[in-house]
Amino acid sequence: MLSVGNTRKGMGEFKVHRVRFFNYVPVGIRCVAYNHQSNRLAVSRVDGTVEIYNLAANSFQEKFFPGHEGRATEALCWAKGQRLFSAGLNGDIIEYDLEKMSVKYSVDGFGGPIWSMAADPSGSYLAIGCEDGSVKLFQVSPDKIQLERTLERQKGRILSLSWHPSGTHIAVGSIDYIAVLDAKSGSTTQKMLMDKRHPGSQRRRCVVWGVAFLSDGTVVSTDSAGMVQFWDSETGTLVQTHPLTSSDVLSIAVAEKEDSLVVGTAEGTIFHFQLIPSRSDGKQSQWVRTKPFQHHTHDVRSVAHSPTALISGGVDAHLVIRPLMEKVEVKNYDAALRKITFPHRRLISCAKKMQLLLFQFPQRLELWRLGATDAAGKNEDILPLSRNAEHLLQLKKKGPENICCSCISPCGSWIAYSTASRFYLYRMNYENNSVSIKRVSKLPKFLSSAFQILFSGDSAMLYVASNQGSLHVIQLLEGSLKHLHTFQPQSGTSEAISLLAVSPDGNWLAAAGMSSGVSIYNLKHLKPHCMVPAYNFPVTALAIAPNTNNLVIAHSDQQVFEFSIPQKQYTDWSRKVQKHGLHYLWLERDTPITHITFHPKRPTHILLHDTYMFCIIDKSMPLPDDKTPLFNQLSLREASENVRRRHAHAFKISKKFQPLLFMDLLDEGTLVAVERPLEDIIAQLPPPIKRKKFGT
Amino acid sequence: MVAEENLRVVRSGGSKLNFRRAIFSIDSKYLFCVSGDFVKVYSTTTEGCVYVLQGHSNLVTGIQLNPQNHLQLYSCSLDGTIKLWDFVDGILIKTFVVGCKLYGFFAPVHLEDSVFIIINKETPDEFQLASMKLPKSPSQEVEVKELSFVLDYINQSPKCTAFGREGQYVVAARDLYLSVYFFKKKKTFRFSLPSESKKNCNNIFTCVACHPKEDCIATGHQDGRIRLWRNFNDNRNYTYTSLHWHHDIVMDLAFSVEGTSLLSGGRESVLVEWRGGIEKNKEFLPRLGGTIEHISASPGGDLFCTSHSDNKIMIIHRNLEVSAIIQGLVKDSIVNTGLMIDPRTKALVMNGKPGHLQFYSLQNDKQLYNLDIIQQEYVNDPGLVHIELMKAAFSSRGNWLATVEQRQEKEAELELQMKLWEFNEQQQGFILNTRINMPHEDHITALCFSDIENSETPSLVTTSKDGHFKVWILTDDSDIYKQAMGWTCDFVGSYHNYQATNCCFSEDESLLAVSFEEIITIWDSATWELKCTFCHRPGKIKNLCFGRQTCSKYLLGTTEKSFLCCWNLLTCTLEWNVQLNVTVLEPDPNSDNIAAVSWFSGGSDLFVFKPSEPRPLCIQKSICREKVQCAVFVPRDVPESFISEDYQWLNKSQFYFLNESQDLMTFSTKSPEEKLTPTSKQLIAEESLPTTPFYFLLGKHRKQQETKPDEVPEHELIYHPSATDIPAISELLQTPAHVLPSASFLCSMFVNSLLISKGTKSAEEVPDEVEMESEQATDDSDEENNISEIAQNAINDTDIGDEIPQISKTQEKTLRKLRKVDYSWMCAL
Repeated sequence: MLSVGNTRKGMGEFKVHRVRFFNYVPVGIRCVAYNHQSNRLAVSRVDGTVEIYNLAANSFQEKFFPGHEGRATEALCWAKGQRLFSAGLNGDIIEYDLEKMSVKYSVDGFGGPIWSMAADPSGSYLAIGCEDGSVKLFQVSPDKIQLERTLERQKGRILSLSWHPSGTHIAVGSIDYIAVLDAKSGSTTQKMLMDKRHPGSQRRRCVVWGVAFLSDGTVVSTDSAGMVQFWDSETGTLVQTHPLTSSDVLSIAVAEKEDSLVVGTAEGTIFHFQLIPSRSDGKQSQWVRTKPFQHHTHDVRSVAHSPTALISGGVDAHLVIRPLMEKVEVKNYDAALRKITFPHRRLISCAKKMQLLLFQFPQRLELWRLGATDAAGKNEDILPLSRNAEHLLQLKKKGPENICCSCISPCGSWIAYSTASRFYLYRMNYENNSVSIKRVSKLPKFLSSAFQILFSGDSAMLYVASNQGSLHVIQLLEGSLKHLHTFQPQSGTSEAISLLAVSPDGNWLAAAGMSSGVSIYNLKHLKPHCMVPAYNFPVTALAIAPNTNNLVIAHSDQQVFEFSIPQKQYTDWSRKVQKHGLHYLWLERDTPITHITFHPKRPTHILLHDTYMFCIIDKSMPLPDDKTPLFNQLSLREASENVRRRHAHAFKISKKFQPLLFMDLLDEGTLVAVERPLEDIIAQLPPPIKRKKFGT
Repeated sequence: MVAEENLRVVRSGGSKLNFRRAIFSIDSKYLFCVSGDFVKVYSTTTEGCVYVLQGHSNLVTGIQLNPQNHLQLYSCSLDGTIKLWDFVDGILIKTFVVGCKLYGFFAPVHLEDSVFIIINKETPDEFQLASMKLPKSPSQEVEVKELSFVLDYINQSPKCTAFGREGQYVVAARDLYLSVYFFKKKKTFRFSLPSESKKNCNNIFTCVACHPKEDCIATGHQDGRIRLWRNFNDNRNYTYTSLHWHHDIVMDLAFSVEGTSLLSGGRESVLVEWRGGIEKNKEFLPRLGGTIEHISASPGGDLFCTSHSDNKIMIIHRNLEVSAIIQGLVKDSIVNTGLMIDPRTKALVMNGKPGHLQFYSLQNDKQLYNLDIIQQEYVNDPGLVHIELMKAAFSSRGNWLATVEQRQEKEAELELQMKLWEFNEQQQGFILNTRINMPHEDHITALCFSDIENSETPSLVTTSKDGHFKVWILTDDSDIYKQAMGWTCDFVGSYHNYQATNCCFSEDESLLAVSFEEIITIWDSATWELKCTFCHRPGKIKNLCFGRQTCSKYLLGTTEKSFLCCWNLLTCTLEWNVQLNVTVLEPDPNSDNIAAVSWFSGGSDLFVFKPSEPRPLCIQKSICREKVQCAVFVPRDVPESFISEDYQWLNKSQFYFLNESQDLMTFSTKSPEEKLTPTSKQLIAEESLPTTPFYFLLGKHRKQQETKPDEVPEHELIYHPSATDIPAISELLQTPAHVLPSASFLCSMFVNSLLISKGTKSAEEVPDEVEMESEQATDDSDEENNISEIAQNAINDTDIGDEIPQISKTQEKTLRKLRKVDYSWMCAL
């Protein structure tokens, strides 16, 4: 699993630990909900995790609520502007606090497990479909939701639900039928029975997985027979049938303009339907299935339709944003297909001196010691291991909540992790080949939970970003803790901190909020130092360089800034980069930079990586312009010295390690790269629906 | 016959029926298809050819009904003319001379005065769609000068051009581009597909079709995909749905009349009906034979037809049932068997569909039937090695047929099978008698029968590359279960292990000649004793035959080194030889003539000679450009009597040959018009009568006539013209529609001729004369006066001459009966 090899010349030679034993499997997506107002996408996963993606900011995963064993979300919706609700099989409706990054409250629906939920077009009512066949209306008040009325109870669980755009009627899908309910009176106005005659199989029940109510009164349904059907809700008649697959059609989403809709099937295909005038001059239009897209291998559990893209997510954990070419104004990078598989957070921390890696899984932590080699080799050689990598420790989470963040101290003797409500700190002892672990039990009361945990470079201090935006500075002593200070957020804001960085000398601490800028604190005097000028895009990675104390910030729009902390201003190099502009290929990268580090001996180098590349920025080299090739490392290696000098530029990029989840410099000449090949993930998923392929 | 008759090489039937889409007449009764230089009119019910419209001097490349008059047909040809035909009478009405080669013709219904043609200007392989107005001038031949270009760079095939709903737009596809031109906006939209977007994608357009009611274009592609384009009046918002079932090129597409279903076909030979444009909603009509090349739908919506690569048109009912098959001469495959004549039916026999022998009637230009020899399902897929029908031979009376089939996938794996078929009188067909596996170790090169009229045991000789020739005889093969006769090997002969290449029996069957590479051996057929050998070194023997009748003492052979040799069997010496590169040597069974076709790079020449005379009877230079593959003499039913010495050899039989481009040719002295079969002007007139009340009147009249055979014999004479004898009626029925005076003028005359009436109301002008008649007839029946009922047969109705026409009593009676018929349905019209 581990190999040690040398990497290329232009970047300097490194021994690379290639780690492939991070056994991370992303959790399948259950729901996606698109918010038009903020252009954000909420995604809930099978384990209850809820993530918020900002589509305007390069689809960056801005926020994340860790999962909970008892909270299997079945439905997710936005209401009243930008309030996010979820409902699940435990029968509760949960509202999330998007500022404080916590669950605001949860309300019991009193109808058994909740299968579906939808907000009315004005956003002031929530309708939930329950196991017992009832549809309940909740009124959304500014800080609470309140049961308003229970509509006429149906037979069988309500699996899907959709409001008429006028808010007067609700279409509900159950097993074998669709019903239309009057939201005012609560009575059933129409009931439409599904055809139970399946082609091929004997009487199986037809499950209506999704309904969509259009403003002209048409109800679109998707069902387990593989059909998309258009019903007239006035007369209760079937207008149009589109048999799509032999498996289930699981999800449906309609564009706001109602001229296009998207459905997702259990075979991993999504189909696009468009309302197309049958004659160019006439008024008659018909729904036509236009294009199929196959980006998933497994069930597409949920789809969403933004004005310019089709969004789908499913069991294979890919979030796919497929732009509609005809809707995109300019053919820029936004017009490209996007497939998000890995979280935009760091799941791995590293104790450099001890050569330890701490892997964070939703349910557990794993501590590994890297292998070692005695051999030396040429470029690109794979070196034999003299000692294999060692799994030292596994820490299982306690309680139903998933792990939110974790960190190992640089010396390797402390491990801290946190769930949404508890904070854990452990003291490690390494004796020869055995590891002993001891929990630090006496934690101060305010350390109830954390969003970010960071140890100082000498492992003497612990920085914890807690809720309400407070930042605790704690001194670590042998066996006990000493609380030094708490930085409170700037007046008015209570936004959670998403990223922390400390300078190697321990004097400066930088903290980035979810959407606000980066604040810098002076740790010597324990007071705020300054703010980095605000920037529109969220921060994806932060690091403070040794010696110079320059703060390097990567944003989700792929810009990189360097900010001098002592001088409280951007450095000259950063200004030069902004003036010159970054290479277009650099700006068109898919994934955000998740980690930045520095070379101790080469102050001009900045090392950073995203999921598909590893880059060393040499500040002393000229910047590339759009005409020069950005990825020229391989071609330059063969070229003569002269050519190499002429074409070399500041960005030295290696794409050898993919998909790269973590990369760090262990010492001057050693890198550690953690890869997670997609095939290994697919191998751990359940087998997909087998489809006959012609010619096989 | 006149002396200055001219011997010409003419194409004998069997030209391609599948060159262009066949089209239906508006009532679906007739099917039109191009066939070489002609347009053929078939009846969709009887499968018979009703008319051949002749007049073009080059390949006909497009036909279309005249949208203004659906009894007329336009055709265009490579000779640069567009002709307008009256297909009901088979008359050429008009010729429009365009002057350049026309590759396709379109006359959309809604663009009234313009027609569209595909032409090729200057650069080859660049075709344009041009529109033109057909001038309305009374003259027979009109020159068209004004052309305006609509679309440039389109495909040569008219399959790639289609006119949209109500003629609002025209679509043309070529390579990876689809162009749509809107006539009203005068705007062209172009859409392109990526050349190779993903693996196994080949997006090249092969055909287009337009939805008749909606703005939707269907395109077929090389990789078997069908795309349905919509919103194509927008360069950005256009969209398409793809339907994928075909695994190979989509050859043609057609929408049903209402556009509710789309038909597609390709090499799979399966007609696919896509209902409602939904990928999962499809119906299949499989196993149609050859590749589907064209599909068309009848305007009535009740029939479809598919043209297949095996020169066949299938008429398919709306519910996907084959209702008729029009089969031409199959030319799809290589003719391994050569040309043969079935002694019973005098039909031409050759390879047909894969694995079949086709029996083709030369007189009717119609396939009689197919004999399935291999009896295996044919899978139309490249890369498969099929069993091939290699050789076939008939016994002289036609009661035995021998066939040889082989399959060779690799050099060492040869599968051979010989089958012997007996003609069964009761079933009127060939029945498999004996199947012999691996009759030889190697390829069979020739086989021939010997059965003399009175001999009980016919025998068959096969020669093979394994160096042997085998004699097979019919023996008793009875066992306890049944009485049976079967074929067994009787004698195996060889000569120095040379490969046996040809065999041939003398006319009296007493001698057998077998050629072993360079040497010809003569065997006594009674004792199988080697009599003598002939040789003409160097060069292997290619063809071998005995002289016939008076020249039966001669043996002829041709060698690879371009020699034609003649040996005298009595003296066992070489009589004469000439240097001639003979490709085909064919004796005439009815005379002592022998035809030899030689080939040089310039073309093929025909020599007809008697072996006894060194001077040829007839030399016909350059009968065709290509090499002649095989030839046959077909005995004439009625001997001709050519006086000219040059053509006397054609008196008893006709000579047919097949060249390498699979054209069946023959010699003719007649002008093409004379060749017309005396069909059915009458037939057409009868058939074109719709079942109107007037038709019932006439029909009943005839039936009555028929039911009275005991009447005066001269009644028979007048029976047939009884209706047409009335001048008005005959005028109406036999004059072409376009020369008729106005219907209102005819009407009064016509009615007057039927009745002694006080006059008629002026009829409205109805385009269809027949409809007018029927209306008029009913009008009359309504206002008809009382006619007293007298004995029917008192008055003979023969005296209707040039005088004022009078109505017969029978007619009166039927007319009165008509009054009682319920005509309330007329109001609904």
